[in-house]
Amino acid sequence: MTRDEIKDVVLEIIADIDEDAEMEGLNPDEPLRDQLDLDSMDFLDIVMELRKRYKLQIPEEDYPELATLTSCVNYLEPKLQNL
Amino acid sequence: MFYKSIEKAADSYDVIVIGSGLGGLTSANRLARAGHSVLLLEHHHRLGGLATWFKRKGHIFDVSLHGFPYGMVKTCRKYWNNTIKNAIVQLTDIVFDNPQFSLKTTFDRVDFTQILINKFGITQAVVDSFFNTVSKMNFYDDRTMTTKELFEKFFPGRSDVHRLLMEPISYANGSTLDDPAITYGIVFSNFMNKGVFTFQGGTDKLIGMMQEELEANGVTICTQSKVDRVVIENGKVKGVAVGEKVISAPTVISNSGITNTIDNLTGREYFPENFIGEYDQVKVNNSSCQVYMGIRKGDSIPEVGDLLFTSTAPDFEAVEMRAMNTCSRTFSIYYPKTRPEAPDYTIVASMNANYDDWDGLTADQYQAAKQDIIERSFSDLDRYIPGARDKCDWVEAATPKTFNRYTLHTKGTSFGTKFEGLNISRTLFKAIPGLFHVGSVGIIMSGWLGAINYGVIVANDVDAYLRQ
Ligand SMILES: Cc1cc2nc3c(=O)[nH]c(=O)nc-3n(C[C@H](O)[C@H](O)[C@H](O)COP(=O)(O)OP(=O)(O)OC[C@H]3O[C@@H](n4cnc5c(N)ncnc54)[C@H](O)[C@@H]3O)c2cc1C
Repeated sequence: MTRDEIKDVVLEIIADIDEDAEMEGLNPDEPLRDQLDLDSMDFLDIVMELRKRYKLQIPEEDYPELATLTSCVNYLEPKLQNL
Repeated sequence: MFYKSIEKAADSYDVIVIGSGLGGLTSANRLARAGHSVLLLEHHHRLGGLATWFKRKGHIFDVSLHGFPYGMVKTCRKYWNNTIKNAIVQLTDIVFDNPQFSLKTTFDRVDFTQILINKFGITQAVVDSFFNTVSKMNFYDDRTMTTKELFEKFFPGRSDVHRLLMEPISYANGSTLDDPAITYGIVFSNFMNKGVFTFQGGTDKLIGMMQEELEANGVTICTQSKVDRVVIENGKVKGVAVGEKVISAPTVISNSGITNTIDNLTGREYFPENFIGEYDQVKVNNSSCQVYMGIRKGDSIPEVGDLLFTSTAPDFEAVEMRAMNTCSRTFSIYYPKTRPEAPDYTIVASMNANYDDWDGLTADQYQAAKQDIIERSFSDLDRYIPGARDKCDWVEAATPKTFNRYTLHTKGTSFGTKFEGLNISRTLFKAIPGLFHVGSVGIIMSGWLGAINYGVIVANDVDAYLRQ
C-alpha cells in the first residue's frame, strides 16, 4: 500500500468508529485525539479493525505511534508495504 | 441461537464466554462481530448478571439501574446499536440530604462548580483546579495518593465537601477514602462529564435488545448452564466442563468473578507461584442490601427527585455505610417515565453491606434483619414521601446472600474487586494461555459503563490471541 492509501484506510476506519468525526481541515501532524475527540477506546477500535483487515498485530506499547495521522502512516507503512 | 439448556451446544467454538453480565455480553458480541464462533453460557435462567430485574404483583423492579455516566451513549452506539443508544435519557434531579447539607443538582461539572462556590464557599480557582486534576487522571498514573489525600489537598478539613464528592461514588462502586485517588478521579470525571443517565424502558428492555443483537451476530446462548470448571491441558485452555459435557475452545473468557475464576473454576494449582502471590493481595469489594417497594396501581407519589442520597449520620463514613444498621441509603424513584409502555411507580432503597455480617445469621435472625432494613427504609422514606408505606402493595428485601445466590460472586460482591484485581484480570492469559477474565475489577472497570468497556478491551485481547 502507498502512503496515501494507508492514510485513506485510517480515515475510513475513524469515520466508521465516529460518525460525527469532522475530517475536513484535519492537521496530519496534530494529535488525532485532540482534533477528533477520540478516546483510548477509539484507539482500541482502530487497532482491532487493522488486525481484522490486515492480520496486523499492534502491541499495546506501540499505541502511542498512532497519535497523529502522519505517525500512523509512518508506523504502518513498513507493515503494509506488501499488501 | 438461544437455548434454555446446554444440550444443543456444539462440541467446539473459537470462544466460550462464562457468564452473561454486561462484560460477558459485550465481549461475546464484539468477538462474534469480528468473525469468531462464540458460545455464551449463563447459570441463571436470564441474561444480564447484576444488570437485572424481577417481576412482582404487576411491578417490575430494576436492581442496578440507578444511573450511569454519559459515556454509555457512545459506548452503546459503538459496541451495541443505535436503538439501544437512543433509549438513554438523563436523570436530572439528584438530591442530597444529610445533617451537613441538603441540595438538589444535575450532577455535572457546571452545576457542581456553582454549588461548591455558592453553597460551600470554595473559590472558583480551587474548584477549577480540582476538576482539572481529576479529569486528567489515568489508570497508569501514580496510585500511592489516596482519595482522602486528594480531598485534603484541595479542600482541607472540609468533611462536608468530602461527603458531597465521595458519597455517590461509594454507592456507585464501593470505594472509600482509602482507595487510590486515580480510581476516584476516573469514575467521578465520567459522571461529571454530563450528569447521570438511565435506560428508558428498563433493564428488561435493554437486556432483551442485547440478546437480539447477539443472536443476529451469530452467538449461541445457553442459559441454565453453569460451568463447573475450565479444562486446562498442557498448561493451556482446552475448553469448559458443564456437568457431564465438555466443550472445547482455544479461548475461554470468564465473566464469573476473578476470585471464582481462579480458585473454583480453574484451580490455583494451575497458576505460577508468583502470579498467585500477587493474586492473594486482591480484596473483593463490599456487597449490597436493597429494599424494593411497589406503589399500588392507581396511586401515585409526588416528584421528589430521581435519585436521593440520604443519611442521618453526622458525616461521611464508609464503615457506617456498610453496617447492618446504617442510616445511609439511596432511594431510586422510578416514575411512569421509566417504562412509558407500562407506567408504574416503584422505589428501590440501596445500601452498601458486608457479606460477613449477614452470613452468620440463623434463619430467624436473617428474616428479622431483613424486616429491620425494610422498616428503616420506610421510616427514612417518610421524610421525602410522607405516607409512601401505605401506598405500597409490595415490599421485599435483598441482602448480600441474595446477590451471592444469583451471581455466585465471592461474598456477594457488588462491584468486583479493589484496584489490585485489575492487573490480575488483565494478565490472566499470560499465566494460562487462552484464559481471559472480564467483569467488574479494579473499581474503574465496574458499573455498567466500566463493565461494557472492559468487555471491549478483553475482546481485543482475545481477538489478538486467536489471530496470532
Ligand atoms: C445493588 C447494585 C446496584 C448497582 N447499581 C448500578 C448503577 O446504578 N449503575 C451502574 O452503572 N452500575 C451499578 N451496579 C454495578 C453494575 O451492575 C455491575 O458493575 C455490572 O453489571 C457488572 O457486570 P459484570 O460484567 O461484572 O458481570 P455480573 O453482572 O457480575 O455477571 C456475572 C455473570 O456470570 C454468571 N456466572 C458466574 N459464574 C458462572 C458459572 N460458573 N457458570 C455460568 N455463569 C456464571 C452470573 O450468573 C452472572 O450472570 C450496581 C450493582 C449492584 C449490586
